[in-house]
Amino acid sequence: MPQIAATEVLIASRGRCNLRTVFEGILHAVLLACAVVSIITTVGIVLVLLLESLQFFRDVSVWEFLTGTKWSPLLKPQHFGILPLFCGTFLVAAGSSVIAIPIGLGTAIFLSEYAPPVVRDIVKPLLEVLAGIPSVVFGYLAVVFVSPIIKELFPSAEVFNAASACIVVGFMILPTIVSLSEDVLRSVPRSLREAAYALGATKLDVTVGVVVPAAMSGIMASFLLAIARAVGETMAVTLAAGATPKLTLSFFESIQTMTAYIVQVSQGDTPAGTLEYRTIFAVGLTLFIFTLSLNVVAQWILNRVREKYE
Amino acid sequence: MANNTLIADEVSFMSEAAPIPLRVTTPTVRQPAVARNVTELSERAKKVAAIDVDFFYGTHQALHGISLEVPENCVTALIGPSGCGKSTFLRCLNRMNDMIDETALKGQILLDGIDIYQRGTDVVELRKRVGMVFQKSNPFPKSIYENVAYGPRVAGIKKRAVLDEIVEKCLQQSALWDEVENRLDDSALQLSGGQQQRLCIARALATNPDVLLMDEPASALDPKSTAAIEDLIFELKSNYTIVIVTHNMQQAARVSDQTAFFYEGHLVEVGSTTDMFTNPGEKKTEDYITGRFG
Amino acid sequence: MKLHAHSKSRPYAKFASTCFAVMCGFCTVLSVLVLLVVLWNIFSYGWSALSWNFVTSWPSRFPAKSGIWSALIGSLYLIGVTAVVSVPVGVGAAIYLEEYAPPSRWRTLVQVNIANLAGVPSIVYGILGLGLFVRMMHLNRSVIAGGLTLSLVVLPIIILSAQESLRAVPSTIRQASYALGATRWQTIWHQLLPVALPGILTGVILSLSRALGEAAPLVVVGAATFVAFTPENLMTDEFSALPIQIFNWTEQPQKDFHQLAAAGIIVLLVVLISMNALAIILRQRFGKKVKW
Repeated sequence: MPQIAATEVLIASRGRCNLRTVFEGILHAVLLACAVVSIITTVGIVLVLLLESLQFFRDVSVWEFLTGTKWSPLLKPQHFGILPLFCGTFLVAAGSSVIAIPIGLGTAIFLSEYAPPVVRDIVKPLLEVLAGIPSVVFGYLAVVFVSPIIKELFPSAEVFNAASACIVVGFMILPTIVSLSEDVLRSVPRSLREAAYALGATKLDVTVGVVVPAAMSGIMASFLLAIARAVGETMAVTLAAGATPKLTLSFFESIQTMTAYIVQVSQGDTPAGTLEYRTIFAVGLTLFIFTLSLNVVAQWILNRVREKYE
Repeated sequence: MANNTLIADEVSFMSEAAPIPLRVTTPTVRQPAVARNVTELSERAKKVAAIDVDFFYGTHQALHGISLEVPENCVTALIGPSGCGKSTFLRCLNRMNDMIDETALKGQILLDGIDIYQRGTDVVELRKRVGMVFQKSNPFPKSIYENVAYGPRVAGIKKRAVLDEIVEKCLQQSALWDEVENRLDDSALQLSGGQQQRLCIARALATNPDVLLMDEPASALDPKSTAAIEDLIFELKSNYTIVIVTHNMQQAARVSDQTAFFYEGHLVEVGSTTDMFTNPGEKKTEDYITGRFG
Repeated sequence: MKLHAHSKSRPYAKFASTCFAVMCGFCTVLSVLVLLVVLWNIFSYGWSALSWNFVTSWPSRFPAKSGIWSALIGSLYLIGVTAVVSVPVGVGAAIYLEEYAPPSRWRTLVQVNIANLAGVPSIVYGILGLGLFVRMMHLNRSVIAGGLTLSLVVLPIIILSAQESLRAVPSTIRQASYALGATRWQTIWHQLLPVALPGILTGVILSLSRALGEAAPLVVVGAATFVAFTPENLMTDEFSALPIQIFNWTEQPQKDFHQLAAAGIIVLLVVLISMNALAIILRQRFGKKVKW
């Protein structure tokens, strides 16, 4: 009877190398390879950075690298203390955070708690546009627009200064804070707000006393991500902040960040295999570890926030 | 078997699909379940048989030692309170539970005497032989034609003429053809709830299965559509073996030949529908049927 | 009575609340204002330098004769290479993670890894490109090296957005397809990809527009800023790119070059905004169509 024969086909296909199984198998392997590319990328980054850095640290001790206060690998006498670059990066990150965090959080609160849907529908796409503007454009703005203003307001400021970099980078990382914080604020359950209102609280009380604290970990995560972005920011600070690595807390002097240094060396004609060439990798490794730590912590916080509300 | 239908001989012989007799005249009068008797059921071949089946979601055991035989070309209804495992058992019959992680099945499930859980079973083929209709209709976001043609297409049928025939036959079998024959290219999502469910039935029929599994097919529909679906099931059973899960006992009584009562993962009782509803053996069955719980 | 006493002790509560609202509104206005100021500033400064001549000339030492042609072509080649490499790999990886990989430590590892890669500064990718593509694979300072580096930069973004689009397809579609005896690939190709395609395309367009604006990785890989030719051989010739050219002009002390930079930015922004607008339109038109 045809029925039974058909059923045997069900089992007979075991061991039968039919075209369909082979095709599906190949496909599975190809797609797996695509996913593995991401692992290879990370391995590649770590390997490239480590291998050259290890060579670097044969000539320069880790101690000198991490604690030295002068950085001049391209000039004689050579110094390889990374603290000035650290300091420059720190100044830019701190300065841009001071601008981005209050304005960003204020915008996020407004969009989440106060703004009518029409306003949100206009502002959010505009902020997406802001987020999409490349960093060279902000670098240009810093040089052409912001620095002259700073020089007018503070005549003692140098042409290249940290302040103008901080301002433009601040607005570069602003959309990150706004979009992430707004998402977290909106996901705070209505019931929490209603409970507070029912007790006779004003909107200020509810927002600052209930909603923001409830969303605090997510908001912190957005700050960390924004700071990580500021640390990794390259083109704007290269154009605006200068190329003089120094240990200073003044915002009106020319400084150099880790990223700007890497650009400086790459633009020059440093031959491969030299100590100067390897500084790219040593500084790059430091940068990578720094931003990775910030990102990992931020992701971990965000995962916990997601678990809480699901 | 009801004899008021005129059955036309095979209209065409498709090489890739077995011939399906066409219903040419209009609806029959359904014979009430009372008229069928136990001996008829036992005379039929056992299309699907579960032998001592245990089923686990992770460490939680959902089914305990289920042994059940499903006779050929009959409607078997699985009834029981919610959470009793009837849908889980249904999904074992076409191995849809494989899609859920950390599930395990012990025991055997035989289709025409062959264990479908043994190693090497071609699950893709199995699902072409054992079709499924879901509780909430889920047509693809494609045209009506493409929905029904999808099954044959993935089975390898490419010729347009053959697909046209299959689509027409299946839509007629699910009593939807008259309503859609002029708009086969319209989106399936434009149909009403009842029409969408009938489309899903047609779609399941298109792979020419032997067995049709239906998981509460009418529970999301209004009474009129429900009646239409029940009429459909009655028509289909002359050619297909049907297993239907329902929480509506009156539906089970109207539509099925054999009824199995599940309770908390155990098969409490199974027998001909007539016997189950008029003279149940177990107290629990009686309690459930008379509405003392459920 | 006690309640009255309480409210009397906070007479300025309502006023403070309004102040707060105004402050937050002001922040929002500031955010939007910045964008408008930026755009206005650039357009007003660079508009006069914009001309057909500008688009089609090579860069030169004389601002009056300089143009962005080589940079434009270089950018186009780069985006081409990036698209060809990153889109199949990225979408393939997303399909694997969503449809093939069972939930396991392996899959979590890959997901976490991708999320971290998305946050790595693009200059680090440049360093990777320098070490791997330029030196180890001897691709030198070529379009291919630059394109591959940019592909790695945008790969995490493409994977993440493609995954989201696939996840948004209701599981009932998958179930119905499998129940009809379709294989995994048949389900993906015939049912899932068609529905997820608009979302995937949106993500691809946004990623490519990001790659268009990236300069840092290209600087490290060795993009030149003074090329008076377009790359013929993608594997060996030097190349330039729009953001690199803008960077170079901004670095010059002369104001005339700044004006050229502004004009270059206008070209870049026009392309970017069109791409983003396309992505948003796609998302609006097709994203809402699928309502279950």
